Amino acid sequence: MGVEVHKELLSSLGLDVAKHAKMMAAGLEGYNKQFLSQPNRPEGMKYFDWFMSEIQGQRMVEINALRAQKKPAVGTFCIFVPEEIVVGAGGSCYGLCGGSPATIADAETELPRNICPLIKSAHGFKLQKTCGYTQSADFIYGETTCEAKKKTWEILGKHHPVHVMNIPHMKRDKDLQMWKEEIEDFKTHIESVTGKKLSLEEMKEGTRIINEKRKAMLRLDALRGMDPDVVPISGKDGLFVTQVGFMDDPVRYTQKVNELCDELEQRVADGVSVFEKDRPRLMVLGTPFAVPNWKLHTAVETTGGVIINEESCIGHRYYKDNVDLEDVKTEDDMMQKLLDRYAKVDCACFTPNMGRTEKIIQMYKDRKADGVIYYTLSFCHTYNVESHLVTEALEKEGIPCLIIESDYSPEDMGQIKTRVEAFLESLAFKKKAKAFKGIS
Amino acid sequence: MYWGVDVGSTYTKITGINADHDVIDFAVIPTIINQDEIVKNYLKDKTVTMLVATGYGRHMIGDALSCPVISEIKAHARGAYFSNHEAQLVIDLGGQDSKVIKLDKSGGFVDFRMNDKCAAGTGKFLEIAANRMGLDLESFSKLGFEADKELTISSMCAVFAESEVISLIAQKESVANICYGVHESIASRLASMARKFASNSEYIIFSGGGALNPFLKHLLSLKLEKKIITPEQPQLVGSLGAALAGAEI
Repeated sequence: MGVEVHKELLSSLGLDVAKHAKMMAAGLEGYNKQFLSQPNRPEGMKYFDWFMSEIQGQRMVEINALRAQKKPAVGTFCIFVPEEIVVGAGGSCYGLCGGSPATIADAETELPRNICPLIKSAHGFKLQKTCGYTQSADFIYGETTCEAKKKTWEILGKHHPVHVMNIPHMKRDKDLQMWKEEIEDFKTHIESVTGKKLSLEEMKEGTRIINEKRKAMLRLDALRGMDPDVVPISGKDGLFVTQVGFMDDPVRYTQKVNELCDELEQRVADGVSVFEKDRPRLMVLGTPFAVPNWKLHTAVETTGGVIINEESCIGHRYYKDNVDLEDVKTEDDMMQKLLDRYAKVDCACFTPNMGRTEKIIQMYKDRKADGVIYYTLSFCHTYNVESHLVTEALEKEGIPCLIIESDYSPEDMGQIKTRVEAFLESLAFKKKAKAFKGIS
Repeated sequence: MYWGVDVGSTYTKITGINADHDVIDFAVIPTIINQDEIVKNYLKDKTVTMLVATGYGRHMIGDALSCPVISEIKAHARGAYFSNHEAQLVIDLGGQDSKVIKLDKSGGFVDFRMNDKCAAGTGKFLEIAANRMGLDLESFSKLGFEADKELTISSMCAVFAESEVISLIAQKESVANICYGVHESIASRLASMARKFASNSEYIIFSGGGALNPFLKHLLSLKLEKKIITPEQPQLVGSLGAALAGAEI
């Protein structure tokens, strides 16, 4: 299996098939090496291993089958896309490739060196024509969450259709009003792809599907981290399942995550852990991890720690809130409820954004975590600057925190491992000291 | 005998201590290839009760010699605390890394900072600059005291900073003044990394090969407005810490 059998479809999408095959082979090799070698993985991971092998094969077939029926395929880089609308229209909404260092050199022919690796990697995928998702997209959904993205859309727009949604940076009433209009515009744009008006019932159905998906992801999040004695799944597997949530068909995905969660629930009941007891349990805060960015999780979990959740866009920030469908009678109600949900997203693009800090402290207490790693991609100014306020608040609460800023290149792996190792040593020491009951 | 080996990017340091924790033996060997063989050879005829590896090559030694490993941060904290029980802060300047480690009252570390992958502010930069001047590190590190002008190097990047040094040479600036500028740039970086912790630390230990540089120590002390203590063999602090950790197992 894999991309070979789908060569014809991929080439019809304008992909550079040879280069793409090479990249996929490297990606799969990295996955197999880092994931399949983990001990005692849950059976339920088999589906996600299969998904990885078909990430740009079978999934491309499915997306393009929808397109053949004039259903929209929307590529995104941000969790502000009202995917409920896309799914309501019967289409597919997915995250685009943007986590590999292999496309960055190409991107730098059009973009400056010192902007974030996610944008550069994603832009490079378009220039190289090596991402099936990008090539399948009817349009790319851009937003105004940071300066670099905002300007990149203008350049990317020369290579692929882009629809930009203006996300405000404050949450005052006048900002929210504008935001609601943006959601309405987005719906109109989707209708222009399908050629027909989207009904209220369709939007509700799309919302139900996405609500269920987010509920399943939240369930997984709780199973990963709420019981301090059992780690039923590695953080790396947990992260990958979350990453797949941005690519897979939402109905099938929800079912598979729930199946995995049933198994994990049983594991928690039986005390089946993938790691030895007393490993320091860490939360990761900050910027998203696009496939195949598994660098930090690998560094932590091969060094004696475990990551129990990601307070990230590919993580808790995405699935923590749902759209309340109760009392939705008109299209305007629907738009308002969508806005209510999206306005709860605590992205660092907002000022002020104190809700995020409060959430992190609560999450830390609920999960009885041992420490946090504040992770930011290089040049991600909002999250990077916000780290000062967040870590200051964490320090006040006595929460141990390590800040790591990195990009996709492998060259700082040594330094990251040293820092993580030292951080884990200090946490293990504190954990031991806390458990010490004196000498009787 | 308890041994600690610290495989750094430039030098590999080996320290041996006895049961009373007296330093009995040590070596500083340039890090080249097959470091595990070199370490094995060095220890061949010696009594090895325990060996602990640290430094960026710690896992390679750990795998090759089946010994436990500890991070440099922990090793430097232990070594520095051993050399001075009043130590509250360690500033370590190695070939490739620089770090600042805050200690608790019993020598455990409570917090630390480390440079990212950038080489500015590390020993490597001093070495590049000294090479440009055609000087060895030892003579280069003393010349700063003779400067009569406070030159600054403004580049954030070691590669561009080297170009700046080259243009200063072309402008016929004196070697002593250029030396001042290079040291000033590194001391500024170290000081800004250390400032947060240094403000409430009285005893600051300077370790690593960089601490052998008297002018750098002088500038660092001026910038932090603190007295800085250099152990007798600052480059051995990490390997000593590893040996001590082994003696306590």
